[in-house]
Amino acid sequence: MITVAQPFADSSPAIMTARPGAWRACLALLRRDFLLAWRRRGELFLPLLYAVIVAALFPFALGPEPQLLARIAGGVLLVIVVLAMLPALESMFRTDLEDGTLEQWLLAPQPLALLALTRVAAHWITTVLPLIVVMPLLGALLNLPWDVLPVLIVALLLATPLLALLGAVLSALTAGARRSGILLALMLLPLAVPVVIFAAGAIAAAQAGLPYLAPLSWLAAALVLAVVLAPLACAAALRIAVEA
Amino acid sequence: MSRSYLPHWMHRLGSPPTFYRFAGALRPWLMAAALITAAIGLYGGLVLAPPDYQQGDAYRIIFIHVPSAWMSLFIYACMAVAGLVALVWRVKLAEVIAMECAPIGAAFTLITLVTGSLWGKPMWGTWWTWDARLTSELVLFFLYLGVIGLYHAIDDRRRGARAASLLALVGIVNLPIVHYSVVWWNTLHQGSTVNLFGKSSIAPSMLWPLLVMALATHLYFFASILGRTRTALLSVESGKQWVRGIVDRQPLPRQGAPT
Repeated sequence: MITVAQPFADSSPAIMTARPGAWRACLALLRRDFLLAWRRRGELFLPLLYAVIVAALFPFALGPEPQLLARIAGGVLLVIVVLAMLPALESMFRTDLEDGTLEQWLLAPQPLALLALTRVAAHWITTVLPLIVVMPLLGALLNLPWDVLPVLIVALLLATPLLALLGAVLSALTAGARRSGILLALMLLPLAVPVVIFAAGAIAAAQAGLPYLAPLSWLAAALVLAVVLAPLACAAALRIAVEA
Repeated sequence: MSRSYLPHWMHRLGSPPTFYRFAGALRPWLMAAALITAAIGLYGGLVLAPPDYQQGDAYRIIFIHVPSAWMSLFIYACMAVAGLVALVWRVKLAEVIAMECAPIGAAFTLITLVTGSLWGKPMWGTWWTWDARLTSELVLFFLYLGVIGLYHAIDDRRRGARAASLLALVGIVNLPIVHYSVVWWNTLHQGSTVNLFGKSSIAPSMLWPLLVMALATHLYFFASILGRTRTALLSVESGKQWVRGIVDRQPLPRQGAPT
């Protein structure tokens, strides 16, 4: 019976009828996450700042020759984005675990995997999308050829949600751990290798004037697979994290 | 009453005290067999087998390198299976076994990487190259380290074991993807010379010591996992009656407080 799972169902039948469907629950979660992100909007600029700093360090370290920078710019920007994603991944579920929100997620009638997927979407929009938006600026800093820029952006649009989904599983696994910064990087590295290879492959092919659709298609296929499977793994990890 | 598909002795073996006694009885025999087969395999490989027509005596590191590489994958598979059992049926023993597999597997992976590096220097002229197999093995090493790190980062041991088991399962889905993506990316490593189902391209005089060494490493792994699991069980079950019984029967160390 549904009434058993509903803590307040017996007090008022009106709450029963007001129970939100999966779609409305996801929208509410999105709104809450966006609101929280907006209240702390200063933090949204930190990954951007990090990316700009790292991108500015490369010309100092390698010399400012435009040809050299143009050759390495695509790969460097890819790695910068992956690294800039890491600190935010760590806290994807941490505060929710600490204040008990995750327990409400587990009790909620909506599927946990769907809520996790919504959280990943909100996380990607608030922390990763700004990075992709400033890519033209970073590309200009590193003298990225302008005709490669669209391929870089498409590769990032496919690769970063994939990394965010994989990172969500790991973030859920480390949610109950004591210190997880380096551990998360260590765990993400094996999962990120194929993603980086294919994204960098597409960028390198575009730069050499070769067809670049094949690696992009692989990324897209992997993303479709991850959208289906990663939330399930994430839900399993969240259940492990909550049952103390 | 629900029917069980497992024989009765297997259920009994799943209980920590029974497993503790069983592992203690089996471990010395396995270890002795591992040492004997390793001695035979090493004698066959280092003394009896002829030098390679191309690589001279340098190829002999294969008798360490290749069995270790096989073990690094085999132990990962063992860890994933134990992890799956731990997650699905919540068997405490499976959690312990999965977590005790990880350090042994990481050690074999490290041996593979180091011996491969030593072999690569005279043959390829470099200690390390970003070749597909080398990269896959390195990624495997990081997977092992991630599992070990996650297990130790969570204070609650059973929760840590379950989280790390899930990571091991994610890793086993990921491993073939890593392998094929790096093959697509870059390949320098020689192809396999041992083929399980077809004709191997390695000479029989070199093949048999290799297979004996593979047997030795498997035996060593089983002996080692039994020993490690015994020790870990004592620690995980330290509050239980059967552990207290074992501790009471042990002679106390001289410095220990008399009770």
